[in-house]
Amino acid sequence: MTQPTSLIASDRARPEFDMHDEDRHAIEHEMSHYENPRAASIGALKIVQKRHGWVPDGAIYAISDILGIPSSDVEGVATFYSLIFRQPVGRHVILLCDSMTCYIDGYEAVKEALARQLGIQMGQTTEDGRFTLLPVCCLGNCDKGPAMMVDEDIHGPVTPDNVMQLLETYS
Amino acid sequence: MSTRPFASFGTINAMPRAEETHPLTWRLRDDGAMVALDEYRDKHGYEGAKNALGMKSDDISELVKEAGLKGRGGAGFPAGVKWSLTAKGEEMPRGYVVCNADEMEPNTYKDRMLMEQMPHLLIEGMIISALANNAFRGYIFLRGEYHDAAASIERALAEAREAGILGTSVLGSEFDFDIFLHTGAGRYICGEETALINSLEGRRANPRSKPPFPGQSGAWGKPTVVNNVETLCNAPPILYHGKAWYLGLALEGSDDGGTKLFGFTGQLKNPGLWELPLGTPAREIFEDYAQGMKDGYRLKAWQPGGAGTGFLLPEHLSAQMCSNGIDEVGTRMGTGLSLAVDHTVSMVSLLRNMEEFFARESCGWCTPCRDGLPWTVKILSSLERGEGEQGDIELLEELTGKLGPGKTFCAHAPGAVEPLASAIQYFRDEFEQGISHPRRAAHAEPIPVGSI
Repeated sequence: MTQPTSLIASDRARPEFDMHDEDRHAIEHEMSHYENPRAASIGALKIVQKRHGWVPDGAIYAISDILGIPSSDVEGVATFYSLIFRQPVGRHVILLCDSMTCYIDGYEAVKEALARQLGIQMGQTTEDGRFTLLPVCCLGNCDKGPAMMVDEDIHGPVTPDNVMQLLETYS
Repeated sequence: MSTRPFASFGTINAMPRAEETHPLTWRLRDDGAMVALDEYRDKHGYEGAKNALGMKSDDISELVKEAGLKGRGGAGFPAGVKWSLTAKGEEMPRGYVVCNADEMEPNTYKDRMLMEQMPHLLIEGMIISALANNAFRGYIFLRGEYHDAAASIERALAEAREAGILGTSVLGSEFDFDIFLHTGAGRYICGEETALINSLEGRRANPRSKPPFPGQSGAWGKPTVVNNVETLCNAPPILYHGKAWYLGLALEGSDDGGTKLFGFTGQLKNPGLWELPLGTPAREIFEDYAQGMKDGYRLKAWQPGGAGTGFLLPEHLSAQMCSNGIDEVGTRMGTGLSLAVDHTVSMVSLLRNMEEFFARESCGWCTPCRDGLPWTVKILSSLERGEGEQGDIELLEELTGKLGPGKTFCAHAPGAVEPLASAIQYFRDEFEQGISHPRRAAHAEPIPVGSI
């Protein structure tokens, strides 16, 4: 089990976090694209998340130091955006489109098949830490719905029959 | 060079297409791979931008206005008018062109195709927009899930910088302009143009109060024009071939000029995406291109262009797909990618699914949207279970008014209740079937609050 993370990082003592040099440089490079360093906050969170799989508490402070903005602002951004994870997720993140076209094309049957086969509900991670299942807005694959994204790969049409076979390639 | 087809590879890559009639798609490759710089230039690429470099900014806006180019992101505001309203002049700082590539409207998959396969057309459109709006920098605000589009855009930006198309002295002129790719991290509301600017600045994506409009004060307080991907992709052919040609592409009866990426999805024989003249009758797209419903399915209703547009009946397929054509049957063309609802789908369940989406994606900034949308979900869910009360439909109708245009900070809630209002209008009996008992009395006893 992992420790629950606080919602407001500033309420806690500052946890240790070693920002990787490469990531620090990547964040500084992002900053150079904008008039104001704050604009790199989402990019910075994504850079950290790419390395760690999620954004630990300590990273919020580290990013706020680099950007020169309050840690509460970084946390406010981190908790607003659905693709920034403030708790650990599985090795692979499944984004299942629940928008109306996929709904008509049979999304609910796929969701039920996934829940049954993986033993998790939306928002949960499998016990072996392999998959996290999340809903997502329309993936722009509506002519091939129901659509599903695993990590950076888009799949469709996904059916209750082919979905587990698709997932087998993600170890 | 990889020629792997992108996920957007589909019907559009198999259509006959020509420069004179298909300004957006004639350069597409049959194999669905990205059209790289050399191939793009061989096919008259960046010729429109060269013409624009020799024009005054106001003349570019005027040309685009007279060509009848309307915004392709859903709202349909005339692009040339938007450009003419951007603050510019000696005393004004040069601002930004922001491409709204946050394509998340349910049932919309057109910008992805353009970005994956035709990124140089977008870059050229942004250069033209920058010239018209006196912008010094552009951003492509791309939704985070479009990884393939990001790769195409990054590659095209590098090619363009290398070739002197972006950076200092664009195409050998005295005009400096560069573009950066900014990828998002989810949330539908980022597509609202002022929320998008807040997100670009690294803030939560809450919409801003208007006025001031972004054209006066947008990103970092500078004049900013926000245009959809497909809108920008229409600028190069207008600048290259002229307004008369562009206006002539649309069919008789259309107030909009040019062509549009149209789609039709649902339980259809051939769902897909096609570039067709504005003013094409919806029935032609449905029957000739999408080839009608799959065997065993009947068309019950359809939605012309995205979750935020109203439902229509099969008889409305005679409408022309253009802003005035769909206005006449009581809703908006929106993104122009239509959805067929078949006879097996319950309208109450579909609306419950849609309002769950809108409620989840509310940014929570203003009360009618934050509290009103979950309320519609609660009522629709009880109707779906057959546990509705007398008066629930009237309450939903009241909410469609109270969350409607002018009552909220942005267009999110009005967009959410437009399909609901039309579904009740056309399919009221389905909602009535969910009502099983009279309205319950309000709590007669005070609700206990526990010991103090």
